[in-house]
Amino acid sequence: MKNKEIKTKGALHYYLQSTSGVVGAVLVLIMVIVAVCSIFGITPYDPVEQHIDNILQGPSAHFWFGTDDFGRDVFSRTLEGMRRSLTVSITAVSLATILGVTFGILAGYVGKWFDQLVTRVSDVFFAFPAILLALAIVASLGNAWYDTALAIGVVYTPIFIRVARGPVLTVKEMDYIKISRVLGFSSFRILRKHIFPNVFAPIVVQIALSLSWAILTESGLSFLGLGTQPPTPSLGLMVSDAQPLAAFAWWTLVFPSLFITIVVVGLNLVGDGLRDALDPARRSS
Amino acid sequence: MTQPLLLSVKDLGISTVQDPRTLVNQVSFDIGLGEAVGVVGESGSGKTLSALSILGLLPRGVEVVSGSVTFKDKNLLTLNNEELRKIRGNEIAMIYQDPMTALNPVMKLGKQLLEVIASHGGINESSQNQVRALLSEVGIPDVNRAMESYPHEFSGGMRQRIMIAMALLLSPQLLIADEPTTALDVTIQQQILALVSEARKKRNMSMLWITHDLGVVANLVDRLNVMYAGRIVESGTVEEIFRKPKHPYTAGLLSSLPTSTGTNRERLTSISGVPEKPWLVGNSCGFAARCSRAQARCHSEVPPTVITDNSSVACFFPLGGN
Repeated sequence: MKNKEIKTKGALHYYLQSTSGVVGAVLVLIMVIVAVCSIFGITPYDPVEQHIDNILQGPSAHFWFGTDDFGRDVFSRTLEGMRRSLTVSITAVSLATILGVTFGILAGYVGKWFDQLVTRVSDVFFAFPAILLALAIVASLGNAWYDTALAIGVVYTPIFIRVARGPVLTVKEMDYIKISRVLGFSSFRILRKHIFPNVFAPIVVQIALSLSWAILTESGLSFLGLGTQPPTPSLGLMVSDAQPLAAFAWWTLVFPSLFITIVVVGLNLVGDGLRDALDPARRSS
Repeated sequence: MTQPLLLSVKDLGISTVQDPRTLVNQVSFDIGLGEAVGVVGESGSGKTLSALSILGLLPRGVEVVSGSVTFKDKNLLTLNNEELRKIRGNEIAMIYQDPMTALNPVMKLGKQLLEVIASHGGINESSQNQVRALLSEVGIPDVNRAMESYPHEFSGGMRQRIMIAMALLLSPQLLIADEPTTALDVTIQQQILALVSEARKKRNMSMLWITHDLGVVANLVDRLNVMYAGRIVESGTVEEIFRKPKHPYTAGLLSSLPTSTGTNRERLTSISGVPEKPWLVGNSCGFAARCSRAQARCHSEVPPTVITDNSSVACFFPLGGN
């Protein structure tokens, strides 16, 4: 019986014990459901449809979040915008994770000139403010959503290189890695089965945090006019458009901002929860 | 030597790559089939480096500069990495000093042991049983549960047993043990020594046991090599060395051991001074500065290794005469 207990007490068990983790997961889940709804067109109105008779209406039973200066339904646009934001940030972070973790782990493990090269190149990327670098890339690539995703992905890759490389440097000096070598394990096996699982935790936490930053970066790019192009809604673009209207039509600004806040806070809380659940030193029971 | 040779180290020299400093100098020793050989020396005397060079696993910045390591007709120093990898764990295995960090903390034990088999040819249905059999041989209770447990659920002694099981899994012909009992309680030490001794006899496995503690190896090994400042200063059978040490350093080491027969008011003797760095020895006997028998010659010449029958000594003025 006891054997079973040990088995099932995985990371999930510890994650569910963390309040911030559970709250964060619920917030993110709501936002994901909302985004999925818009994929299947389950929005009250078409997000780009203009209701000329109902320009700048406050929240009501018909238009839950009100309408904007073109008479478009803010609620439908917010859902659609959330979907855009999540699509771009998930794509961007996936790219950054795959590239960053691969190069980071290899750099840490192989060392020598390869490490020097990877570290220096990522230092160069670090030297630019994220939004500025992303701006430059988007400006040269184009405005499609995948261009934005690519730009954000490239900008975030060095973060993952750092996060993956650091722990590898520690882990590869541990006795169990030396012993793996002494017992004749191949380098590939050591990397895959013995180093990667030991550096996994900080990477997962970094993914959750980067997702929230990527949403902010995407919003920032759209706000500056280089992300999603009108009339397609994006949370950042909506905030940007709402700026001159805020004084007399608060709902156009508040609701998209609120959604950005909820998803960013949610992802940060998920990051906290994951950190607690995956760190063996913090789970003491 | 009666047994056929398994491993023969000849004139091994190890030095740092940059700003060359000699760390190990002209080390030669043999290990016969089924024989247990001990290497005794202080920290920094080069005993661990000598062992690691056998496996081609010297730390970065350190390299073999001379000599040969012959294992079953193959010079291990000339093999490439992949050829060496096949020998490691399979034909030559090693156990380490600190069992607390020697197991992967995020991998279940059963899986970790199977990894050894998987990295040398692959797992089949019998592998699980092979692992179980070894775990119970090394005295792990409730083997099935242990296979599903993580390393932190075991004590240091248990982990060292697991390490031994891991090393023995592929029935290596040579086991290198680098002070595997130093981190353990004295009572656990005895258990581990007994365990290794028994496992060795059962398999007719050769062993190279590295330690700084003469007391540990006394009942464990057949032959002893005493290392000092990167050289082997004396070698011989355990009885010879314990009964009639020839090198003043060996004699000093022995007299610093507590005995059960001595009156308990007696103070233990210690060797005054600190060990010389191997690269500073130069043209002298490394031990000369601390030696009560040293004369002018000891400070200006390297004493040659004099081999007689089964033993050797590198000293101009050995105890008991030449």
